[in-house]
Amino acid sequence: MKNNAPAMNKKDKKKVNKGVLGRTVKLLFKFYPKMLTVSLLCIVFNAVVSSLPSIFMERVFSIAGEIVKGTGIYAWQDIVYQMLILIGLYVLSLVSGAVSRQLMAILTQGFLKKTREMMFNGMQDLPIKYFDTNSNGDIMSYYTNDIDALRQMVAESLPQMLTSAIMVLTLFFIMLWYSFWLTIIVIVGVIIILLVTKFVGGGAGKFFLAQQKAVGKTEGFIEEMMNGQKVVKVFCHEEQAKADFDKVNDYLCSQSTKANTYANMLMPILGNIGHVLYVIVAIVGGVFILNAVTNVSIGSLINPLIGSEVNLSVFSIALVVSFLQMTRQFCNNINQVSNQVNSVVMGIAGAARLFDLIDQKPEVDDGYVTLVNVKETDGVLTECEERTNLWAWKHPHSADGTVTYTPLKGDVVLTEVDFEYEEGKPVLHDVSIYAEPGQKVAFVGATGAGKTTITNLLNRFYDIADGKIRYDGININKIKKADLRRSLGIVLQDTNLFTGTVMENIRYGKLDATDEECVAAAKLAGADDFITRLPEGYNTMLSGNGANLSQGQRQLVSIARAAVADPPVMILDEATSSIDTRTEAIVSRGMDALMHGRTVFVIAHRLSTVKNSDVIIVLDHGRIIERGSHEKLIAQKGQYYRLYTGAFELE
Amino acid sequence: MIKELSRSIREYKAAAILTPIFVSLEVVLECLIPFVTASLIDMIENNISLRSILIHGAILVGMAVLSLVFGALSGAFCAKASSGFAKNLRKDIYYKIQDFSFENIDKFSTPSLVTRMTTDVNNVQFSFMMIIRIAVRCPLMLVFSLVMAFVMGGNLGWIFVAVIPPLTVILLLIMKKAIPLFHRVFKKYDNLNESVQENVRGMRVVKSFVREDYEKKKFDRASTDVQVDFTKAERLLAWSNPVMQFFFYGVLTTILFLGSYFIIKQVNPALYDVGSVSQLIVYGMQILMSLMMFSMVFAMITMSVESARRVCEVLDEKSALHSPENAVTEVSDGSVDFDGVSFKYAAAAERNVLDGVDLHIKSGETIGIIGGTGSSKTSLVNLISRLYDVTEGVVRVGGRDVKEYDLTALRNQVAVVLQKNELFSGTIKENLRWGNPDATDEEIKEACVISAADEFVSAFPDGYDTYIEQGGVNVSGGQKQRLCIARALLKKPKILILDDSTSAVDTKTDKTIRAGLKKYAPETTKIIIAQRTASVEDADRIIIMEGGRINAVGTHKELLGKNEIYTEVYNTQNKGASDDEE
Repeated sequence: MKNNAPAMNKKDKKKVNKGVLGRTVKLLFKFYPKMLTVSLLCIVFNAVVSSLPSIFMERVFSIAGEIVKGTGIYAWQDIVYQMLILIGLYVLSLVSGAVSRQLMAILTQGFLKKTREMMFNGMQDLPIKYFDTNSNGDIMSYYTNDIDALRQMVAESLPQMLTSAIMVLTLFFIMLWYSFWLTIIVIVGVIIILLVTKFVGGGAGKFFLAQQKAVGKTEGFIEEMMNGQKVVKVFCHEEQAKADFDKVNDYLCSQSTKANTYANMLMPILGNIGHVLYVIVAIVGGVFILNAVTNVSIGSLINPLIGSEVNLSVFSIALVVSFLQMTRQFCNNINQVSNQVNSVVMGIAGAARLFDLIDQKPEVDDGYVTLVNVKETDGVLTECEERTNLWAWKHPHSADGTVTYTPLKGDVVLTEVDFEYEEGKPVLHDVSIYAEPGQKVAFVGATGAGKTTITNLLNRFYDIADGKIRYDGININKIKKADLRRSLGIVLQDTNLFTGTVMENIRYGKLDATDEECVAAAKLAGADDFITRLPEGYNTMLSGNGANLSQGQRQLVSIARAAVADPPVMILDEATSSIDTRTEAIVSRGMDALMHGRTVFVIAHRLSTVKNSDVIIVLDHGRIIERGSHEKLIAQKGQYYRLYTGAFELE
Repeated sequence: MIKELSRSIREYKAAAILTPIFVSLEVVLECLIPFVTASLIDMIENNISLRSILIHGAILVGMAVLSLVFGALSGAFCAKASSGFAKNLRKDIYYKIQDFSFENIDKFSTPSLVTRMTTDVNNVQFSFMMIIRIAVRCPLMLVFSLVMAFVMGGNLGWIFVAVIPPLTVILLLIMKKAIPLFHRVFKKYDNLNESVQENVRGMRVVKSFVREDYEKKKFDRASTDVQVDFTKAERLLAWSNPVMQFFFYGVLTTILFLGSYFIIKQVNPALYDVGSVSQLIVYGMQILMSLMMFSMVFAMITMSVESARRVCEVLDEKSALHSPENAVTEVSDGSVDFDGVSFKYAAAAERNVLDGVDLHIKSGETIGIIGGTGSSKTSLVNLISRLYDVTEGVVRVGGRDVKEYDLTALRNQVAVVLQKNELFSGTIKENLRWGNPDATDEEIKEACVISAADEFVSAFPDGYDTYIEQGGVNVSGGQKQRLCIARALLKKPKILILDDSTSAVDTKTDKTIRAGLKKYAPETTKIIIAQRTASVEDADRIIIMEGGRINAVGTHKELLGKNEIYTEVYNTQNKGASDDEE
């Protein structure tokens, strides 16, 4: 929803908006320097050429008039000559117009694509914190509403405005060439048009932004209510839901009516002011002709100097008629500009938000310790290119320029970790954990005790002070994030599958895995059984986050996905919560096999998942209150004992 | 379809009719203005008195003012009619959905309902606006301009008649090729955005697997694909303007050429003069512009037909469940009886989801239901509050067939805490009052104490006034479940159904909740679906579901060791613990 946009940029909004248009154009230039130049030249050329024909019309008519009068200065051939020039200009205008339109079509789509990619690529590099603090809807509206507004501006409004502006300028000079007096009348009219535009158009702009907000609110409401429709039904809340909906819907309607009323009225008003202006010019022109008023114009001043035979010093019919033509064109173009103001306002607002996303600071990664394949010869590790399934941390030391290789084992140590997401609201206090390679460490505790936070710190979704967490003895802040995460497999409670086949989803864990490897991983996770029973087995398409699978089945697929990655350390965060216990019995064997030889961190409510851990850590409000093996904790008769035996009283 | 949709115009009918009327008047004036202008130029040309020029000017200004008024009015009415129409359409769909039964909701998925109410309605609204305004304006403009062209230009009018067919054909050809292209690209575009959404939602997965670059490449491919198609479609469309311009220039040159020829040769001098020829050009522009606009509008309307169809699909949907006439509004007690109940979700489905279920639950009993995924536990309880209708047999609540009850009365007495539950944006208090709008603060607190929600709610700085964000994202899964139970408790129902409602709650809290229910709602029939045997151990009876049938019914003691399924589930969950106890 749009109305939740961060309030911080409100202050500098004005300033930002000014730079946005310039930045958009600069970006266009950066992406397509040649094409844009050619296209702009074509637009300019087309605009200039399109305003010239009125001159030739004037010429043709005055020549025709002279011929009728029989002055003998001109002959039929002169008209043909003028016509040929006119046709030539038309051809040029057509060609340049067609070229600029084709180029703009290519350019706009290319620009949008690159912008989308800038957004998406930038987004991929943002820290998890960004996604935790911004709603999905907000982020998505960048890709839908805002980019649409940008498209409208780049593809239509800006070229249109440029064309119109140039035609206005050209016409302005042509008009000056013909008559100062009439030009002044037109300019006064245009000033009125601009004032009206500012009033009416400004109103429309204001209401369009309000409408946009109302749209966001309504769509948010609809989405929420549709998601909870079944709840509405079981609570018989329909009438209240209707009344609430009517409120937002009516508000949207009133905003949309206002915005569109202003917008729809703008064109008729401007168009008819144009007509009135036309009439005034015609009357004044007529009066001038009747009274044989002396004309003052650039043309009348220059023509005698250059010895042109065309007499512009007196108002002629041909002059007034062509001038009227120009007046019409002039007004039309001014109106065109006015008409685009709204979409430019919206486009700039959209672009500003897009830049906001693009400008978000990416996840920082100062890590320099990398994960490499190594060969062991005579107890010495040497780095190698090929996959040896033997991994080591490559640790360059800046102090003496040496490089050491530490074998990847999966030894994880947390020392006195404190953490808070928001200042003043600590989530973890003084947490120390030692997990030796191959050990299974379980976290137990009430919701909100800080279990998931620990895993967030392990793979550096969130960072803590230096040196508090060590992986194979290395400070994890020194490890490159990508390599750190590659060495950690993670299965989350909220499974997220991607559109694609089941096979592709499993392969997500290891992109170069063969089909056999994927199937083996699925078997390990206990997912093979149901997958083979799907209509198309491993080739069954999943869409909408695997909507065609049950939550439990989705979890199995995501376990298989982690299994195929074969990492030395795994984090299972409520990974089997939705797998029913009967299935879990089947899965547990696979899970045991999966966990074998790895360091595993498990978060689970279920005792069965937890109890065979080497160490169970009981957390409460971010503090470790107990730790030890299942047997030890049971014997201790503390919180763990109460937590579980309380639930499993045997008579 | 059109009839169906036009039903949503209602109170905006006047505006919807006035719009095209004023549009027509505006068009008439717009066509007359160049005509009068031409005679004005004529007068100037023929040195007719200043007075008559002024009179003509005044007439023209008057026409312009009228045209302005008509244009502004048509614009205002159009805004009113189209915004109002969209409002009513959204309202109709929304109201319709409120009447949907679960079956109807299942048929359309949630995202599809959202799209229909947003994007699709917007498309229909846009088309509606086009139809009452532009689609009226263009043909009228074309016809009037053509008539005027003949009036003013005599035989020169034929030039226009000559160019209309080829231009129309070319424009239609462009549209015909472009429309399917656009259809395709819009679909691809939707897919692209869907994949962005997947990424936004699954960012933790992407980052854990270090698949940022992979996703970037994937996005790049999809985005390039969209770009290629979009460019193709846009480029095709970009030809329509030069084509129109080509014809316009052609017409212009011909008129200019023939016009000046006629003027020089003094052919019909009354007709052909500078003024009329230059106005003829204005008509030419209007004719060709109308043609082009019309083809664009035609294309846009064609593209929104799909949206209109999707909207109608919802409006046409018949709600599967209704309260009967002379419905019973009193539920006498909390007893539940299933007599020979079979059920399937769709009439066409081959297999029954529930098959021959006989079950009798006494008022005030606590019933546990255990069974694997797909054993139809949820389907069974959904029949009690008549969220679905049985296919065969009868479900009775309080001794009466559920079909005899008023739906609201029944559902107020049978509270269901759904497996997939939702909180709504609003304070905790507001959310809880869904259960009972008149609940006092004390009652709310009491319900939360029972559902073990009070402990964490009270710990929030704003307590019960804490604002729940959309989708309840600022409370954890377990907290959400506890609030949902409290919300159902506030109904003070005769029957309370918990459909796997404590799955995200830890065992200790789960136990607290069950103890609370026993203590504070002893007379309420409690039906608890659970994954954990621990959650149902102390139930009066436990029902084992297997493949849509009741496998066994009994107490924990009776089932343990005797019922295979129950024992197996129990053992996997308690193996470690029982070892220690022994």
